[in-house]
Amino acid sequence: MTVVVKTFARLADAAAALSTERGARFLAGGTLVMRAVNEADPAIRTIVRSTDPSLLRIVISSGRVELGAGVTMAAILAERELAFLHPVARAVGGPAVREAATVGGNLFAPSPYGDFAAALLALDATVMLAGGFGQRELPLEEFLARRERGVSVVSGVAFQRPATEAFRFAKVTRVHPKGASVLSIAAQLPLASGRVAGARIAFGAMNRTPVRAKAAERALEGRSLDAAAIAPALAVAADGTEPADDAIASAWWRRETLPVHLRRLLLGTGLA
Amino acid sequence: MKTPIQFHLNGEEVAAFADGGANLLDVLREAVGDLSVKGGCWQGTCGTCTVLIDGRPRLSCVTLAEGCAGTSIETAAGLRRGADLHPLQTAFMERFAAQCGYCTPGMLMAAKALLDRNPRPTRENVLDAICGNICRCTGYEPIIAAILDLAGASGRRRA
Repeated sequence: MTVVVKTFARLADAAAALSTERGARFLAGGTLVMRAVNEADPAIRTIVRSTDPSLLRIVISSGRVELGAGVTMAAILAERELAFLHPVARAVGGPAVREAATVGGNLFAPSPYGDFAAALLALDATVMLAGGFGQRELPLEEFLARRERGVSVVSGVAFQRPATEAFRFAKVTRVHPKGASVLSIAAQLPLASGRVAGARIAFGAMNRTPVRAKAAERALEGRSLDAAAIAPALAVAADGTEPADDAIASAWWRRETLPVHLRRLLLGTGLA
Repeated sequence: MKTPIQFHLNGEEVAAFADGGANLLDVLREAVGDLSVKGGCWQGTCGTCTVLIDGRPRLSCVTLAEGCAGTSIETAAGLRRGADLHPLQTAFMERFAAQCGYCTPGMLMAAKALLDRNPRPTRENVLDAICGNICRCTGYEPIIAAILDLAGASGRRRA
């Protein structure tokens, strides 16, 4: 099937084209969209892409991190200042996928993919959208809730850099070193006087989109990270999740094993 | 509608016409005639279509051909020099790292991407480099051994 490819030097022009063309899809790294094009997905009639250099920006300033939507996992791995995100970027496919897969694309990855988006959710990231109306920002959680209803072009994400040692990530997979997630867990666990203050926990592959573990976050508040203190959080870990049955794992298995892997992550007793 | 694109392939300038939305794999095989690049899944899953674009490993099946204009692409066809096999090809042969051979072009290019950037990789480095390439014959160990053998030999030659 032949589709029309439209390339724009300015992201704003690409966003305008995307909003006016029927059957248009924005192409980032290609790992999702090109796959659909190869399968002759009739919903894709036009590929919209942009060579806007702002898509590749990595700005780290005063504790704030801003990543252009076109920043690849390989580019993150090459940036020493983003070392806390290296385990997440390394969990996305093999080297060839990491050279293509982008931050923006990962926000659209269907479950069980989208581990990077789960990490961004735990980092309380905001999503920057480009459109004819100009730039606007949305909390990532809100963006994920809306993404299947159609949103504009993502120009980047931004978040506060977590305190050293406060950010943790684990990906559970049946195929090593590369495989799709049984589930993934990202957590930001700031400590004040040895107790959790303002925890953010997000799960990948536990819902249609990455999802915050709000019940577990509440149960951890003011607690220390020891086995007895985290028990209430583990008991409610699966609250609000609706995992799928797929070729990687059953929904039952995902729910049953989630507290086990969350426990390991919180106690720092080894990767899942 | 076809779009003209130009790029360097294994050091030579080539021009081709790509269908709208065509992936690089199909253009290399059908428009350019480089049959060393294999297609397995067309989903970005199996890795046999791995090529190097500007020195970086990429899955040609999920790479938009139009986006490759002006780039330098390397495929397995460009490894040998005349009658001389590339040292990686020799190492694969000596370690029996190819059986059916279908994954081999992608494995070779994934390994080349690694060794070009890291001539003395560890076993872990090698495992990561080929983790996106599926082999259903060898059990991977001969492939890992071939890459490590070559890295060791390269190190000895430099010493």
